[in-house]
Amino acid sequence: MGESTKYMNPYLAGFILGIVLLITIVITGRGLGASGAYKDGIAATVKTAAPTHFNNAQYFQEYQQKNDGNPLRSWLVFEVIGVLIGAFISGVLSDRVSLRLEKGPRVKNYTRVIAAILGGALFGFGSQLGRGCTSGSALSGMAIMSFGGIITMMAIFGGAYMFAYFFRKLWLK
Amino acid sequence: MAPLVPDIISNEFNFFIALIVGVGFGFALEQAGFSSTKKLVGLFYGYDFTVLKVFFTAGVTAMTGVVLLGHLGILNLEMLYINPTFLPSAIVGGVIMGAGFVIGGFCPGTSVCAAAVGKLDGLAFIGGSILGIFAFMEFYPMLKPLYMSSPEGGLLIFEQMGVSRNVFAIILISIALIAFFAVTLIENAVNNKKTIYPARVVRKNMLLAAIPFVIVLFVFITPDTEQRIVNKIEKARREGKCEVRLIDADKVASEMVQQYFKYYLIDVRSPEEYKKSHIPLAINVPVDSIRNEEFRNYFTQHHRKVVFYSDDDTTARKACLISRFLGSSDNYVMREEFTEFTRLFPKNQGEDFAIPDNVNKEVFMFRLSASKKLYDLEEALKHQSAPVKKKKTKIQGGCS
Repeated sequence: MGESTKYMNPYLAGFILGIVLLITIVITGRGLGASGAYKDGIAATVKTAAPTHFNNAQYFQEYQQKNDGNPLRSWLVFEVIGVLIGAFISGVLSDRVSLRLEKGPRVKNYTRVIAAILGGALFGFGSQLGRGCTSGSALSGMAIMSFGGIITMMAIFGGAYMFAYFFRKLWLK
Repeated sequence: MAPLVPDIISNEFNFFIALIVGVGFGFALEQAGFSSTKKLVGLFYGYDFTVLKVFFTAGVTAMTGVVLLGHLGILNLEMLYINPTFLPSAIVGGVIMGAGFVIGGFCPGTSVCAAAVGKLDGLAFIGGSILGIFAFMEFYPMLKPLYMSSPEGGLLIFEQMGVSRNVFAIILISIALIAFFAVTLIENAVNNKKTIYPARVVRKNMLLAAIPFVIVLFVFITPDTEQRIVNKIEKARREGKCEVRLIDADKVASEMVQQYFKYYLIDVRSPEEYKKSHIPLAINVPVDSIRNEEFRNYFTQHHRKVVFYSDDDTTARKACLISRFLGSSDNYVMREEFTEFTRLFPKNQGEDFAIPDNVNKEVFMFRLSASKKLYDLEEALKHQSAPVKKKKTKIQGGCS
């Protein structure tokens, strides 16, 4: 497709990302995040759709104690809406916006969709257990030199390399 | 002084900032190619190391920035939110995330970028993430023992390694640069490309790579804000400009009784000592935390005089001198030490208090009544917000 040539130099993109992260730390005192926004979104949905369950389940009881107020008014929810906008702008500028499914060369469409859902479920689950994902725990953790964040980062990438061999058929020729 | 939230920027405006920051984040991720699952997974099969390059460059850039701004006193590093360490859940959760990464081909942030440019697999990944997070919430009672096991608080990696922040910065920058070099070789080998470095490129890369080192080196060799304040005090002392204004205990007592609202009486001893006993209406600001952001307001205001006292004269003077570099408040040191004050102003509220022979009766009665009034005042004001103890605003955060 020859589209890869249009991507920004990775070091330049990394530098910009680093500056965005630094600005976030200077302004808010904490790093960027992603999975936390999902959590708040889900909490808000459960609160509206199943208020009794929201009040009874242990997780949401503890969640309410930590976050009073409307879960949708969380910093990360706004941030992730921004990510959506920013990525879209970038995609439009670089002419990359189109509806399609990207997959490994030997994989059928439905396999890719199932793998993406399964992978998402694992990542989502792991991000809650590990208290943060690649953005909040690993990247931001590195910037502020958090021990837990860097351990999580090593576990994520170590885990991925560990499992890469078993799932090579999803991606390689 | 940063961080600006929550003290300087309101929470409402903060959401707007979140949106803007998110736009930058999303833009950078998409430009880097993180909306493409094949580019992301390339990291694990050796054909494309973009993720590592972007990730490490971003981490090193932000980290170097944090070190530099902290050193310059622009960013208060102690106020940063450090996500708490729970090793078992961090490792298990991390490995599960790793599996999710290689199976699903995204992580939460990148899947949002992918969905934004119309990738259906990105959308599917988001759907999966929601299921996974919901599953965690529903099975939480079962998972809680693992989730909560061995809490260690917000640990910092360099402390764990027993090195200073700056040394760790150097280590991390070195690792990143070595990794950049190594993965370029691997990437070219996997893709059957020859690695050629023209002299011009080598020069340019060397120059760029030197930047973070130079910054950290600068941090190493120049004194930080704390050190600069100490140096200034030392200099002032040498030059004999180190005078602090003293105020008598009697004056303090009578002023506090008549117009306590015009003073901040500051006890600079440890919180334990303060808790045991202190002069009524005094606020505790331990001398070692005097530079903390939460107490800054006392030293940057002009409507109240600040009076320091301690158990020993040197500590009170030190506090007074430090405060001079924090703001332009009107500062005094109480001439008497705390123990002396309690001797002069005993807390006995009984009526038949024997007057010692060797003191002036009027002075003694004045002190006795002042003492009583001070305690009464403290009692009366306890239920008001009057002796404002600033609540330490805690930064909430993290991505969990």
